[in-house]
Amino acid sequence: MTAIVNRTRALLGPEMAGPGFALLAVLIFFGLGSPQFLSRATFGSVAFQLPELGLLTLAMLLPVLTGGLNLAITFTANIAGLTLAWVLQQNGGVDAGPVAFLLGSLLAIGAGALSGVVMGLVIAYTRAHPILVSLSMMIFLRGLGEFLTRGGDVSGFPSFLQPLGHGSILGFPVPLIVFIGCVAIWHLLLTRMKLGFNTYMIGSNIEAVRYSGINTRKVLVLVYTLSGAMCAVAGIVMLARFNSVRVGHGESYLLITVLACFLGGVNPFGGFGRVIPVFVALVVLQLLASGLNLMGANQHLATAVWGILLIAVMILRFAAGRIKFLKRKKG
Amino acid sequence: MESSPEPLLSLRNINMTFGGVKALKNVSFDVLPGEVHCLAGENGSGKSTLIKIITGVYRPQPGAVIEYDGQAYSHMSPVTAQSSGIQVIWQDLALFPEMTVAENIAFQTVLGRWPRLVNYNSLRKTAARALARLGVKLDVDLPLKDYPIAQRQIVAIARALVGEAKLVFMDEPTASLTQSETDHLLEIVRTLSTSGVAVVFVSHRLAEVLEISTRLTVLRDGALVGVYPTSGMTQSRITELMTGKTFDQTIRARDVSGNPVVLEVEGLSRPGQFEDISFTVRRGETLGITGLLGAGRTELALSLFGMLKPRSGAIRLEGKPMHFSSNRDAVAAGVAYLSEDRLSLGLIQPQSIADNLVIASLDRIISRGLLSDSRKRDLVAQWIADLGVKIGKQDDAISTLSGGNQQRVAIAKWLATDPRLLILDAPTVGVDVGARAGIFDIVAKLADSGLAIILISDEVPEVYFHADRVLHMAKGRIANWFTPRDCQLQDIEAAVYA
Repeated sequence: MTAIVNRTRALLGPEMAGPGFALLAVLIFFGLGSPQFLSRATFGSVAFQLPELGLLTLAMLLPVLTGGLNLAITFTANIAGLTLAWVLQQNGGVDAGPVAFLLGSLLAIGAGALSGVVMGLVIAYTRAHPILVSLSMMIFLRGLGEFLTRGGDVSGFPSFLQPLGHGSILGFPVPLIVFIGCVAIWHLLLTRMKLGFNTYMIGSNIEAVRYSGINTRKVLVLVYTLSGAMCAVAGIVMLARFNSVRVGHGESYLLITVLACFLGGVNPFGGFGRVIPVFVALVVLQLLASGLNLMGANQHLATAVWGILLIAVMILRFAAGRIKFLKRKKG
Repeated sequence: MESSPEPLLSLRNINMTFGGVKALKNVSFDVLPGEVHCLAGENGSGKSTLIKIITGVYRPQPGAVIEYDGQAYSHMSPVTAQSSGIQVIWQDLALFPEMTVAENIAFQTVLGRWPRLVNYNSLRKTAARALARLGVKLDVDLPLKDYPIAQRQIVAIARALVGEAKLVFMDEPTASLTQSETDHLLEIVRTLSTSGVAVVFVSHRLAEVLEISTRLTVLRDGALVGVYPTSGMTQSRITELMTGKTFDQTIRARDVSGNPVVLEVEGLSRPGQFEDISFTVRRGETLGITGLLGAGRTELALSLFGMLKPRSGAIRLEGKPMHFSSNRDAVAAGVAYLSEDRLSLGLIQPQSIADNLVIASLDRIISRGLLSDSRKRDLVAQWIADLGVKIGKQDDAISTLSGGNQQRVAIAKWLATDPRLLILDAPTVGVDVGARAGIFDIVAKLADSGLAIILISDEVPEVYFHADRVLHMAKGRIANWFTPRDCQLQDIEAAVYA
């Protein structure tokens, strides 16, 4: 029994306290406040909205763990979506077949990864700050995307893409399944693979890692490449959900992904943070939005409440650290 | 006893407790006017606490008597300490790098005056006067960050003088200085002393302690061991007083010339850093490399470790020529390098003990293609036991360990890569005197097990007592070879410090 408890604790870790507490608070608050909250409909809407923000947050997480940032995530997702849309249109648009979709998806992921490779190479070799490098990439991709689409929507996709955005398998929304699969891959990468191990270490002190005989440049390039590829997955899911691609779609998610990471206990300076607490943090954010929606609040108010929640979490974290410190001093 | 002058500062009956731990036990401490006094003790012996009581940062427990400049106090406050001429130069200097030299030196003179305007002319004059007193020329209008650490130290001293100091404390002032910079600093301390300012010097570099001070106060575990004149003191005697242990300093050197050669370096050069270096290291041999800072020792080590590229010359490992394009090649070939800078290059301070130990040998804890937590724990537990590291939990941050235990983990990290050649660059920096012997016990055991070791240190006794042969580097070249069995410690010291 204690072994199970210990294992669960090891899986969840101390970062879990913040988001876990927030999850409980949100469930209780809205459960009491609105009778419809604890219903299938709420969880259905959360399950369909979660994946976009979630996939982009996963793309943000890896660079943040190395002490960096990827500000180009949303536009990388757009460009990947455009790549897929282009392949589909070249192959008949509405009449395109599954092979075209598969090829397009591969090319989309390749495009996303390419944006990551370029950023990773620049960051690893010039040691320029990731904020500046990814900001430049973001501006480049936005300009490129707007030039290619003339600022409009690209639509007209085959109907078999519908389920990827709106369908369910055994009651689970397909986008959610894709997202949970990606969460599992990221969890495995960070806890059980050399690349993940080195990602954490680099986040704490890249020079000491280099002196330990680790190819830090390779790690950085791979981290940004994977980040870019994850953006592409988000871009493909967004294409299926909206049945269109527009440059600038999901732009407002950019800073929310950073905050979701921090709400999930990720150290803003890198080196520490886990996937599962970040996942829970994302669920909390979506539940909050849905709950407010149910109570008839304005959608913009929901965003404002997210901000307040995050500030409250920072203060609570400070208070908790303070209490721990005082306890230790007494003991 | 001859009549000594009235002390400038006299402390009696100083007690201090932190959270149940007695940091100072009934300590007394005297400083005479104009003397250079050294305060010695291991980390945690109470040196800093004592300084903080004198400068008013802490209040001693009731019963303490502080007499300073003819006045008695039950405790000091930072304001009285400053205004009555007690100044401290902390190890981190507490300067403002973005501001000019003049502003750094004289900013205290304009604090809290009315009208609240800054007169830059008088600021510059005050600063120039303080620097002139030290016999130093600096451009007072340049931002401080344009000057290297040695000059910043001087700026910190000049700032102390502006406050009309009578008593200056210097906390580890030479920790980051080269030999010639240290010499210059010691010269300035003498100038201060002859002008009537008493200087209390806190340093763990024992050679400097002996060179500069006239009297020595030794603390151990928060208690006063004694006050001694430095004439007639030796470094090993001070070590004994500080640690309360006697160290049998016997020469370890053995003859290993029959063992096969592991590393052969021939005519290795990297212009500007080291030139024409040739030597061999055999199985089971410990080669000592010593020399002043800037002699090219670390650069040579980094070249053997593949992190710097030599311009010419050859490196052969067990007969095979090596051309490392990075330290990954070197690690793969069986070379390990323990960095001299444990805090920022040797270990990843915020991360766990376990992760720091396995980082260079991740392949060993892989099972079925993935990192295995249980393998990691077993590997770490084995090394912790083998090297006698004292830890709480494997998941604790490495920064929670003492310097000596951190260094053991750093050594274990490299031993886990199964090296043929281990380069130890200044392995006792930041390690308490008492814990150093433990590090050298490990080094001796490793050599006996057949590892080839290069031991780099700027403390000559370390290489003299622990290496089989000693290479003396000066200005990037091999200056001398010594065999400890055939020479005296003084021979090497004379050559190095000549």
